Formats: sequence, structure tokens, C-alpha cells
Amino acid sequence: MPRIVNTAIKEGSFYATVAFFVVLAAFPFYWMLITAFKTNADLYDVTNIPFWFNAPPTLEHFRYLFGQTLFARWLLNSLIVGVCVVGITLATAIPAGYALTRLTGRNGEALGIGIFLTYLVPPTLLFLPLSRIITWLGLENSMWSLVLVYPTFTIPFCTWLLMGFFKTVPREVEEAAIVDGCSLFGSFVKMVLPLSLPAILTIVIFTFTLTLQEFVYALTFISASAQKPITLGVATDLVRGDIYYWGELMAGALIASVPVAIAYNLFLDRFIAGITGGAVK
Amino acid sequence: MVAIAEKIHGSRSRFQFVFDRPRVLGAAFLTPAILYILLLVGLPFLLAVYYALSAYTIYNPSYHFVGLRNFVEVVESDIFRRTLLNTFIFTIGSQILGLILGKFGALLVLRPFPGRKIVRALIILPWAVPIALATVAWEWMFDSLYSVINWTLIALGLMSRADAPNWLGEPGLAMLCVIIVNAWRFFPFAIVIFLAGITAVPQDVLDAATVDGAGFWRRNYQIIVPIIAPIVVVGLIFGTVFTFTDLSIVYLLTNGGPVNATPVLGNLGFQIGILSGDVAHGAAVSLFMFPVLFLLVIVMLRFIRRREI
Repeated sequence: MPRIVNTAIKEGSFYATVAFFVVLAAFPFYWMLITAFKTNADLYDVTNIPFWFNAPPTLEHFRYLFGQTLFARWLLNSLIVGVCVVGITLATAIPAGYALTRLTGRNGEALGIGIFLTYLVPPTLLFLPLSRIITWLGLENSMWSLVLVYPTFTIPFCTWLLMGFFKTVPREVEEAAIVDGCSLFGSFVKMVLPLSLPAILTIVIFTFTLTLQEFVYALTFISASAQKPITLGVATDLVRGDIYYWGELMAGALIASVPVAIAYNLFLDRFIAGITGGAVK
Repeated sequence: MVAIAEKIHGSRSRFQFVFDRPRVLGAAFLTPAILYILLLVGLPFLLAVYYALSAYTIYNPSYHFVGLRNFVEVVESDIFRRTLLNTFIFTIGSQILGLILGKFGALLVLRPFPGRKIVRALIILPWAVPIALATVAWEWMFDSLYSVINWTLIALGLMSRADAPNWLGEPGLAMLCVIIVNAWRFFPFAIVIFLAGITAVPQDVLDAATVDGAGFWRRNYQIIVPIIAPIVVVGLIFGTVFTFTDLSIVYLLTNGGPVNATPVLGNLGFQIGILSGDVAHGAAVSLFMFPVLFLLVIVMLRFIRRREI
């Protein structure tokens, strides 16, 4: 009998700790969700129980967001920036990753680590000179400045991720193609690229989420509302004067968060393999 | 006709030269990425150093060389010293808190139980969702009047509405809030890193050690720790670098207030260099991050190298 009690206590405390972690991690998002659908009268009344609807849920915040603010424009801006940055990253990181694993011999590894380390150079160290460069190029207050600058962190990260992947492609595949008359370049295009589609898909997703998560460069380069990406727009433009419109803010944050959250969960394992440098099998 | 055909043949063989030589093709493949990084990371970094040594402002863009004067002026200002201290408190506090939560979380998720996948998906959220958006949600939770945290504390009878704290309005509490939000943001990352480390320990090695008479502590400190250490250190350095150089959480949550209690180096650099347009002093403030980053990178390199052997 005491043994059963013991197990019960153990199991109980285990699940209690799990519950604690889930609440800690997810409560702010639950708070976003419920705030986004509450009426203002319900939100701004301290006598109401805040955890649930005291008045029927409403879509007024979402209507306001799409009707009265530039929210739809911000979504479009983020999409344009994301797609362009993905394009630039793919065009530079795939060849670079391949070259560093297969074509440059032993120096490739060191050079690869060097490129990866630039991922650690923080925006807050570079934003001043970069904002001058952006001004010289006439890109200030334009989302194209972000298209230019974001690859500075997506290229190092994706090159590193791809290096880990290309190492796992068996050399025999390329050798067979070369024996059959392909050039080195031909074997890369016809054999290695098709085999790498899963890795390429991963870097597409991660490049896109990295552009959505970025805040510092966007804040520094862009102050015109119509040019802001979604994260910056929601965080800085929905506050009018000193008044916070929490319903709209949370609705906007929710819409922008959901796709990133889903993408991350789907591709998490590969992301970790990238950061820990393929040390984990 | 013949001439054209020959010309095509000629250019084809020239490409053949590129396509078939590993070194040439390798150089061609690498050039775009290297150029991008040199032009938009290397060059700006040198520019930052140069600005810091000049009297450059956006209103008076002169490259007049002033030596270390900007650095001296920055170090002598009280706000800077306060900011530097804040940055260390912010970084160390949130990393320790995040690591503790991460270690416990990893041990939990390691064990199979029904619904583990959903739990994992929920726990990863703080790290996945753009931090600027999550910070806005926290700001709403810390609201001076409608704070859900205060509401709960009052409802539980732990305090009365009269002495409910104004989380972001008092210097000490504001710093605590900033640290909590950052630790909250990083603990899923720490969990994931610990998990990656723990699953990298081969079970057969552990079994062999047990058979040979190694006890719990011996297994822990002579097998598990050495194997997971490189992974955890690399992860920890990532976390530290991104925390040490971040400005978004502080910018959105407190904007450096109340009364300069919370700004970190990134905020001060932004304030001086971008908002006030004093690029020279802003660059000097930002460059104070460099020694710390440099040290961290050296440590990280040691671990990356060691792992590859």
C-alpha cells in the first residue's frame, strides 16, 4: 500500500511539473488568443474574470485590423521580403555549402566555420554603419533595405546547415554521374540537388521564419508605416498616442505568430542538427 | 556557319574548364556568399570601428579622426556605466534562469508519457514565435491596471488591489520583468540543446560502464558530462550572444525606463546612434560588445574543433 501511494505521489508531481511548464510556455499565447476575441467592455473591467469570456466573443478587433490599419499591407511586405531573401539565400548558400564540403578540401571546413561565425555578429553591432550604407544606396525607409541586409545572417546559417547535409550525400552518386559523362557541375545539378530537396526545403522554411522574427534591422531602417514588415508593424504601429489597443495588438500578434509556430514545430529537429553542427545523429 | 559553330564549341570548352576543375568550380560557387559577407558584414564592421574613432554625426558627416576620445567620453558617462552593468545583469540573470528551466524541462520531456508530442510543441512556442510579438503579449500581462498576474494574485488573496505592483513602472521590478521575459524566451532553446546532448550519449557505453562498476556519479561526470558538454556550451554561447546583444525585449517592454533602470548596450547604441544621430558615440557604445563576443567566439571555436577530432 505505501508503495502505491509513493508511485501516486511521484506520478502526480511529474504531471504537475509538466503542467507548470506548459502553462509557463503557452500562457502568453493563450492570453493573445483570448484577448483578440474579447469585446473592449469585457477587456477593460477589472471585476471580470480575465481567463474566460464574460461577454460573447467578437471579431471586431480583426475587422478593425484589416479595415482601419495597414495590417494587410504589412503581411504583404513580409511576404515579399521573405520570398526575396529566400531567393538570394538559396542562390548563394547552396553553391557555397556544396563547395565547402566537396570542392575546397581541408580548407573548406575552416572557411565554413568562419562563415558560420559571422552569424554571431549581432545586428546591434552593425546597424549604425549599415544604416549609413542603406542611406547612401537610397534605400532608407524601404523594405528593400531588408531584402539587402537579411541575407547577412541567413546565408551563414543556411550554408552551415547545408554543409552538414552535403556531407551525408554519398560520393559514389556523383562519381557514377561523372563516369557516365557528366561534368562536375552537371553531377551537382543532376544528382546532388535532387537528393538535397529535403534540406533545401528546410532552409527555405528557416530563412522565411528568420526574416519574420527579425526586429532590430527593421526598426532601424524603416519608419514609414506602409513599408514595415508584419512584426515591426504590429509591435510599433498599433499603439496610437499613448493608448494601447490591446484587442487589435493581440489579434495582429496572433495572426503573425501562428505560421511561424507551425513551421518551427515541423522542422525543429533539423534546426537543432544545424546549430549543434551535425554532432547529433 | 562554320565559324559560328566553332565559336560555340570554343566557348563550351571554356565552360568545361570551369565545370570540371574542382578548385575553379569551388571558387566560382563560393564567391557570391563570400562577397556578400565581406561587403555587408566585414565592411560595415570596419566602418563601425572607423566611426567610433571619428566625429561623424548624420548632421555633420565629417571623418575627422579623434582617436579614442569617443570611447573615453562614453566610459565617463554615468548612463553608459549603468547600461553596461544592466547588460551583464540582464544576460547572466536570464541565462541562469533559462538554463535551470531548460535542464528540468529536458528531463521531463525525455520520459515518454501520453501527449508528449503536444507538450513538446507547446513548450517550444516561446522560442519559435517572433520575440517582438511575444513581448507585446507580456507587456499586456504586465499592464499597470489590467495585469492578469495581479488579478490572479488578488483573487488568490495574496495582496490587495491597493498594493498590487506596477511591474514595468518600478526600477527593480522592471529589470526582473525584462529578465523573466528573456529567460522565458530562451528556456525552450535550452531544453532542446540539453535533449540533443542527452540523446547523443550512447546507451551501450553507459551499460558497459555500469557493468564495469561505475556508479551514478561516475557515469554522470566521466561519461555523460564530457559528451554533452560541447553541445551545451555551443548552445549556451548562442544564447549568451543573442541575449547580450539584444535590444528588442527592453525596447518594447520598458524602452529603457523607468529612469534608465533597464537599457542594455543595444538600446543605448540605438538611442545615441540612430535616434540622436550621433553615429560616432553610438558606434563606440556598440563596440563595447566586441570584447565579450570575441571571448565567447574563442571558447566556442575550441569546442567546435574538439568535437571534430
